[in-house]
Amino acid sequence: MSEGHAQALVAEQFDDVEQQRGATSLGMWVFLATEVLFFGGLFCGYTLYRGLYSSAFEAGSHLLKIKFGASYTVMLICSSLTMALGVRAAQLRRRKALLIFLIITILLGAAFVFIKLRYEWYGDYLEHLVPGIDFAPEGENLVVIQRFGAALPHVSLFMFLYFVMTGVHALHMIIGVGLLATLFILAWRGHFTGGHYEPVEISGLYWHFVDIVWIFLFPLLYLIGGRY
Amino acid sequence: MSTVAVEVPALPDVHYLNVSYGWRSWLLTTDHKRIAWLYLLAITFFFFVGGAAATLMRLNLIEPQGSLLEPATYNKLFTVHGLIMIFFFLAPAVPAVLGNFLIPIMIGARDVAFPRLNLLSWYIFMLGGSVFLYAVIGGGVDTGWTFYTPLSTTYVNTNVISAAMGIFISGFSSILTGLNFVVTIHKMRAPGLTWFRLPLFIWSMYAASVIFILAMPVIAITMVLLMLERFFHVGIFDPALGGDPILFQHLFWFFGHPEVYILILPSMGVISELVAAFARKRVFGYSFVAFSSVAIAVISFLVWAHHMFVSGMSIYAGLVFSALSFAVAIPSAIKVFNWTATMYQGSVSYDAPMLYAIGFIGLFTMGGLTGLFLASLAVDVHVHDTYFIVAHFHYIMVGGAVMGYLGGIHYWWPKMTGRLYPEGWARLSALIIFIGFNLTFGPQFILGYVGMPRRYSVYPAEFQILNVMSSAGASILAVGYIIPLIYLLWSARYGPPAGPNPWGAKGLEWLTSSPPPTHNFEETPIVTEEAYAYAQEEA
Amino acid sequence: MTEHIVPKKIYILVFAILIAFTALTTAVAYTDLGPFNTVVALAIAVCKASLVVLFFMHMKYNPGMTRIVLAAAVGWLAILLALTLTDVSSRHWLPAPQGWESSAPSPRPR
Repeated sequence: MSEGHAQALVAEQFDDVEQQRGATSLGMWVFLATEVLFFGGLFCGYTLYRGLYSSAFEAGSHLLKIKFGASYTVMLICSSLTMALGVRAAQLRRRKALLIFLIITILLGAAFVFIKLRYEWYGDYLEHLVPGIDFAPEGENLVVIQRFGAALPHVSLFMFLYFVMTGVHALHMIIGVGLLATLFILAWRGHFTGGHYEPVEISGLYWHFVDIVWIFLFPLLYLIGGRY
Repeated sequence: MSTVAVEVPALPDVHYLNVSYGWRSWLLTTDHKRIAWLYLLAITFFFFVGGAAATLMRLNLIEPQGSLLEPATYNKLFTVHGLIMIFFFLAPAVPAVLGNFLIPIMIGARDVAFPRLNLLSWYIFMLGGSVFLYAVIGGGVDTGWTFYTPLSTTYVNTNVISAAMGIFISGFSSILTGLNFVVTIHKMRAPGLTWFRLPLFIWSMYAASVIFILAMPVIAITMVLLMLERFFHVGIFDPALGGDPILFQHLFWFFGHPEVYILILPSMGVISELVAAFARKRVFGYSFVAFSSVAIAVISFLVWAHHMFVSGMSIYAGLVFSALSFAVAIPSAIKVFNWTATMYQGSVSYDAPMLYAIGFIGLFTMGGLTGLFLASLAVDVHVHDTYFIVAHFHYIMVGGAVMGYLGGIHYWWPKMTGRLYPEGWARLSALIIFIGFNLTFGPQFILGYVGMPRRYSVYPAEFQILNVMSSAGASILAVGYIIPLIYLLWSARYGPPAGPNPWGAKGLEWLTSSPPPTHNFEETPIVTEEAYAYAQEEA
Repeated sequence: MTEHIVPKKIYILVFAILIAFTALTTAVAYTDLGPFNTVVALAIAVCKASLVVLFFMHMKYNPGMTRIVLAAAVGWLAILLALTLTDVSSRHWLPAPQGWESSAPSPRPR
């Protein structure tokens, strides 16, 4: 990648800007393909167990709080909008707009992780819903489980998948926030005002992918079976 | 005086090896050729570690009651042997050494698409290898390379988590390498180098890279789940808690079967190059061979549960996978026919690389045909988890992949070092390896068929003769591997200069000096002819 | 890869549709459609994902290899799920033979 200033520099292994842009873009899409398969293993396990233990999965889904899931979804969609607008700003060489959109995206992503860990996950821990550490549902949660006639070990499996899938997703969010923070620093230094916007574009691709994973996690984890 | 000008080859004054000195210029290099050497050193080390484990195993198996090792130790040895040979030797061997060195040169580029990512891949590989070695030295792991659950998650007391972590980390190295190669081949070909003018080595590497990209992430997430299950005992793979151990096997083998095609496809690409060069003829049926690489990559993902026929999986699913497994043999067979047809009426010379190539063709065919026996559900029920399986995959992995790797190392050694290796010693080692290999693994087909199970440190006394033959063969094989280590190292320093094209072969890599300059070519080549355009010269 | 600048309006429109779909899928969760709850939820998720891919990720404006890469990734995931499910769904078609259970207690580790 190039060093610094306001010119669209081409790395020495590439012949021209066109080739560099095409290569970096293709590279990120190929990386996202690997991520599809990485998350895919989890979706495979999810599908298998949901088929086997459908009532336990329904019960487990009812133990999760839709208000969290829906809020996250809205936050991530907003952050995808600001990210896309940020890429557009970089294409148009508008430093200030890029900085503003980057910071909003970062804040939304950080808020996502913070709320998830501090409120949702900690809340689950207080309710004794964390398999492997402390899984002993009580009170209202136990009533829900019994209403669906689900076996406790199977509900535990659901909660395990929930924590692993959202946890791996949250890890990707944290990495994304780090990426964008790096971009912010580079943008501050005027790195993207010369038409060299590929790093912003490919970071945007990564960010949108993480959003898409959540788009699937929300209904699959939080909305099983319906609440009525 | 003869009218033919005889030019004494010499090394160029400045090339990629001497352009800069010092450990920083090597450990912080972004030159794909130097990164190839970094990998070469690492995998050679791992090869001898894995080989040491195998040596101890074969020594133990000389006696039916296994007097040398405790069974628990034996279990650790075959696990470590498998994991090291697959993940830390074979997977990087042709791709990360020969692929890294050759791909940019063969397509006329200055480097790969992402040189710094390339260096990062090596560091990730070394990190994964170090973590894995820590697991080995700290007590080992004894679950078999397949980490089957719930044995690995619940019942053993060995270093499963750290071993799985080492595999997990090194997987990312492969993913990034595969990504780099795919983008490089798509975007950085020289002018005039259309897809169907590419050397077949590039086609094979491309197909293998696609498998890297699609399969390795699944082993990564499988290792994550394995580590979490071992640590938290939630029961995702434990039947006592409602989990399904077969799920682990599905996830593992969805990666595991394409993985073995990662191990063989690059070597197949090497063979295409060797056969063309040493028969001085175009590869017969170029597009068939090219498409067969892609077909292998695709079909390899559809057959994984043939490793699970006796696991308790549904018999009906078994039927589906059995049928698909027959299909995957077809593209490999196409390659074998085409290589043979290439040699027919070619002007064949029997230099060491060609000896390895011919050995490959024969031994791979045997390994592949025995694979078809295993694809038949009924036969597999009889020989699953016996030495028949062990023999089958060693014929492919050692008789195939390793011989392809050695053939490639010898063929391109003059390009990589600028010097020639001693041909006599090389032919001798090739012969010793061939004899030692067949003596080691041929008897194992019989052993497996008559019922000796694999992963056992003891066996019934009536099997001793075959086991002794196998161990004797292993000692010969070991000698065959040590000799090249010595003369290749010697020749890198003292061998006679090779010149740009010591073999008189076709291909962009032979147009530049030996060793090449850092940027591979003084001027970007423009390609106007088909690959292996030998025929024109035979007039 | 041409430098296509997407108008702000398109981004905002896509954003609005995504929010609307989110509200819809949440609302559907509070109604009883039986097995179709899952179908509808997944269908909406696929629509949302497609919008993100086409517009936010510029797939609509940069066709070519990226489509093949995405199709391959999704296709391969489909292979993993589909063929694994052939096992799980057909496992009970052939019941296990009788008389296999041993009377010894199964070993537990700790």
